[in-house]
Amino acid sequence: MGLDVGWAQEWVRRTARVVAEHRAELSELDRAIGDGDHGENLNRGFTAVVAKLDALDPPPAQVGDVLKLVATTLMSTVGGAAGPLYGTAYLRAAKVTGLDELDAAAVVAMVEAGLEGIVARGKAVPGEKTMVDAWTPAANAAQAAAADGADPAGVLDAAARAAEEGAVATDPLVATKGRASYLGERSAGHRDPGAASSALVLRAAAEAASGTGTGAS
Amino acid sequence: MTVALVLVSHSALVARGTAELAAQMAPDVRLLPAGGLPVGDGEEIGTSLDRVLDAVTEGLADGDVVVLTDLGSAVLTAETALEMLDDDDARRVRTPSAPFVEGAVAAAVAAQQGGDVDAVANAAEAAGRPADGGAPGSPLGAPAPAPTGDDAGGHAAEAPGHPAGGDTPGDVVRATAVLRNPLGLHARPAALLARHVAATGVPVRVQGVDGASVLGLMALGAVGGDELTIEASGPGAAEVVAGVVELVEGGFGEA
Repeated sequence: MGLDVGWAQEWVRRTARVVAEHRAELSELDRAIGDGDHGENLNRGFTAVVAKLDALDPPPAQVGDVLKLVATTLMSTVGGAAGPLYGTAYLRAAKVTGLDELDAAAVVAMVEAGLEGIVARGKAVPGEKTMVDAWTPAANAAQAAAADGADPAGVLDAAARAAEEGAVATDPLVATKGRASYLGERSAGHRDPGAASSALVLRAAAEAASGTGTGAS
Repeated sequence: MTVALVLVSHSALVARGTAELAAQMAPDVRLLPAGGLPVGDGEEIGTSLDRVLDAVTEGLADGDVVVLTDLGSAVLTAETALEMLDDDDARRVRTPSAPFVEGAVAAAVAAQQGGDVDAVANAAEAAGRPADGGAPGSPLGAPAPAPTGDDAGGHAAEAPGHPAGGDTPGDVVRATAVLRNPLGLHARPAALLARHVAATGVPVRVQGVDGASVLGLMALGAVGGDELTIEASGPGAAEVVAGVVELVEGGFGEA
């Protein structure tokens, strides 16, 4: 069955819960190789998103409506690089999800659009120890899963798992982008916070689709 | 067409402080700080898309805009803001890659001197390059170890880039002047001197650096008691050199 606006709202609310639960951990990762505020920034952003979602009148009709709200809210409330990066990801995703329901192909398009947005904004390539190192394998896995006949929930599950693995794979990398790049070699041995949060975001999408998980891990 | 500067910093204090610094040297330029992230009733470190958009829009109301940014994510925020403008407005904005404070100062001076948006943006970027003694757009380029007359396209009525072949090396007017104010060629006097030189349109070298370059003059680190050698050539050189000597010996109002 397709993923509709109800799924999109559930995704957002799960993301907000997960980000709130993990905010200290995300900021800790960011303290090691950044300016220490990634968790707080995302928490503030998604808290604002949920508040706006609750207040939307009339309620959103299409998946893209929800994603666009996420985009503009994050852009305005998240003060670091994550604001423009996630904001552009959700904005591009919103552009391809002006639909009542997403089938597997549409889910792939959504994840790919998210990646495109991040790359267009931040200009990172894989291997630089950034969010791109989670979103690239996620988009590839989504495409492979859909080609294999997975349903939308299956596509998202594959994307989430690839993002989680991608985040772990950032551990040994030396950052060549963003605030972490100032640390050079010393950035190796730490997980990239943006990749870690990306994995949480995509896992929340998958759990909202399959109706499993509690939003905590 | 005036050029306004939008100063995007993660810190509201840095943005405002930089505006203050630049204003000392560019009293007529609109400097629009857009730093910090409003959170609740207060403010935190970060960049605000809304603040940046508001400042850029304000700048665009009266002219073109050059946006300066501090660290990487300020660039992302600035670029996100630009994407929200319509094409005509976006065309009137530049986002040079420059060190924040030095770039703001150089850009402000260029704007004060009447530079267009590209000249102002170039001035900011040049601030990030090793000082070669030549301000962007200056007809002088890199300093020569000994003065020569052959790089002076000096007639005020002629466009820069006047071919050097016709100039005679014997035209150099040289004078010395001793700095009387204790702090010498710090920011304010450097700016006064640079504006004076730029306004004459005659290329002048002060201690071998371009006299129209604020940063070049400041980089000399000349202090009270130091003797400066002032050189110019071509039409108007004598008068300009005399004017610079007068400024220096007048102590810039600080002696």
